[in-house]
Amino acid sequence: MTAVQSLGDTRDVGSTASGGGAVETHPVRRRRRRRLTGATFIPWLFLFPAALIFLVFKFIPMAEGIRLSLFEVRPFLGDIFVGFQNYSTILQDEKFLTASWHTLVLAGGQTVGAMVIGFFLALLLEGHTKSLWFVRSAVFLPVVAATAVIGEIWRLFFYPAPEGFLNELISWVGLGPWEYIHSTDTSLVSVMFVGIWKHAPYDMVLILAGLAGIDRQQYEAAAIDGASTPQRIWNVTLPALRPVITILLTLAAIRGLRVFTEVYVLTGGGPAGSTDVWMTRVYTTAFEQSEAGLASAGSVLLFLVTLILTVSVQWYRRRREAR
Amino acid sequence: MSTVNSSRFDSAIGWSARPDAWVSKGIRVLFSAVAVILFCGPLLVIFSGAFDHNPDPTKLSVIPENPSLINFQVAAENKIWHYLMNSLIIAGGALLLQLSVSVFAAYALARKKFRGQAIALLVILATMMLPEEVIAIPLSLVIGDLPLVHVSLKGTLLGVILPLGAWGFSIFVMTEFMKEIPNELEEAAKVDGAGELRLFAQIILPLCKPALGVIAVFGFNMIWEQYLLPLIVAADPSDYTLTVALLALRSDDMVGTGIVLAGALLALVPSLVVYLSLQKSFLRGITTGAIKG
Repeated sequence: MTAVQSLGDTRDVGSTASGGGAVETHPVRRRRRRRLTGATFIPWLFLFPAALIFLVFKFIPMAEGIRLSLFEVRPFLGDIFVGFQNYSTILQDEKFLTASWHTLVLAGGQTVGAMVIGFFLALLLEGHTKSLWFVRSAVFLPVVAATAVIGEIWRLFFYPAPEGFLNELISWVGLGPWEYIHSTDTSLVSVMFVGIWKHAPYDMVLILAGLAGIDRQQYEAAAIDGASTPQRIWNVTLPALRPVITILLTLAAIRGLRVFTEVYVLTGGGPAGSTDVWMTRVYTTAFEQSEAGLASAGSVLLFLVTLILTVSVQWYRRRREAR
Repeated sequence: MSTVNSSRFDSAIGWSARPDAWVSKGIRVLFSAVAVILFCGPLLVIFSGAFDHNPDPTKLSVIPENPSLINFQVAAENKIWHYLMNSLIIAGGALLLQLSVSVFAAYALARKKFRGQAIALLVILATMMLPEEVIAIPLSLVIGDLPLVHVSLKGTLLGVILPLGAWGFSIFVMTEFMKEIPNELEEAAKVDGAGELRLFAQIILPLCKPALGVIAVFGFNMIWEQYLLPLIVAADPSDYTLTVALLALRSDDMVGTGIVLAGALLALVPSLVVYLSLQKSFLRGITTGAIKG
């Protein structure tokens, strides 16, 4: 501890010696080399574990991924530099194009579906009573259950025979039997349904937080003006929820684009590639076809798309706030 | 809240709070029941199926038809406890590492002013923009041959634990919380001659308990949800975590539905326990975390 303390002490000496007292205005422009004093050293010491882990397990892999995407990776034979050829291969690959279409449909459907259900759940369960709190906790459980667990139980529900659990249920209202994840026609919708089921309660919690922030007097004023309940929700509630909805849309869209586990455990991309999404395709390319270069190019493309999405939403939000 | 203020406009939809509003109340109870069945029912089926002797996918129910523990006995022969152990060791180790790393980093970011602080914040933000899935393939190569030291973590639990050791979300939540601690406390301790480590361990850390709850429950959830990482780190199926092993169990024709459900139940229970015991922290974390992020 004394060592740390003495480092802390040198800070004052160091800064007065090199910086000339309290002149802290443009530390960057000051070209003079500063000694690594306690004031700088100690914070970095505390940051070191995080920095090391991020460097080794995030940034080096990222750099390595970008590098690999420019090579044809041949284990034991040496990699060949191919420039952007991997990218053009992927962008012309029939399977990747189908997968990207599936990804967009799945991400879009899950995002909107989860938000709409989450919104209705929030309207239903808004309030302070103990029983409502209990119902909210119960409804929230799918969010905390691991996706792999959820996949197993839904696979059982999706049992394709007429006596299957869901088919039994929908036969009561004269529907079915369907084959769900086992038919190319319904597999993507079935996966989407499970995603909505898992994520809607999460959206509910955020929307509830948004609802709590709405001024009650606005509702009263709207009611005095003779607005009906749907009108009040449309004209008062929804506009007030706009910031929450923007956040939810961004988070969900990014989450949707990188979807992997849900698809992998439910269908593995099948049947006949009908639920293949971008990440399952990347996974297959990397670990089953051993094309690390191609797979890396696919990963980098996904990263670019999520980056553009995040940045443009941020930019849009800034611009709105500025106005 | 207080019954004095409660009016029709306590909620967006205008649920009536009057005790005689039977219709409104009835509708609400009905829909709430439907919601609970819809969102909890499937999880209850896991419970019943796991304890049911030979559950049939065509006859699922929330009460086991022939209650027995046979599924767990057969599952034990399929090394289910070994997988659970893998999962628990990873969760414990990674969570401990994640908590300490976050607390240390947050202490520097929240309580210190130093050169490069803005850059440090930006770098952490960048890690959050970088989806784990995107780096999965090169990460598997890095884990097979760590830079500089050239050690392979392939097939080890450490290979899953270390990459999960630092998480931008935890660091940010912790940083935001630590910023709120008044400076006076620190000043007073400094006057008393407390050193940097004592300041950190005895003044700041004890005040951070609520935030520790938040990042603990989120960290656990994030670690337990990991799928791709344990999958790519594993050298052979005995390295799988329980969640990854479920798929392997199901693909095995010799293993029945009941055994898979027993495994699913074992994978479900820890998340339920953590969520139910730290529920308040969880819900608080969602709202603050998402809005800040």
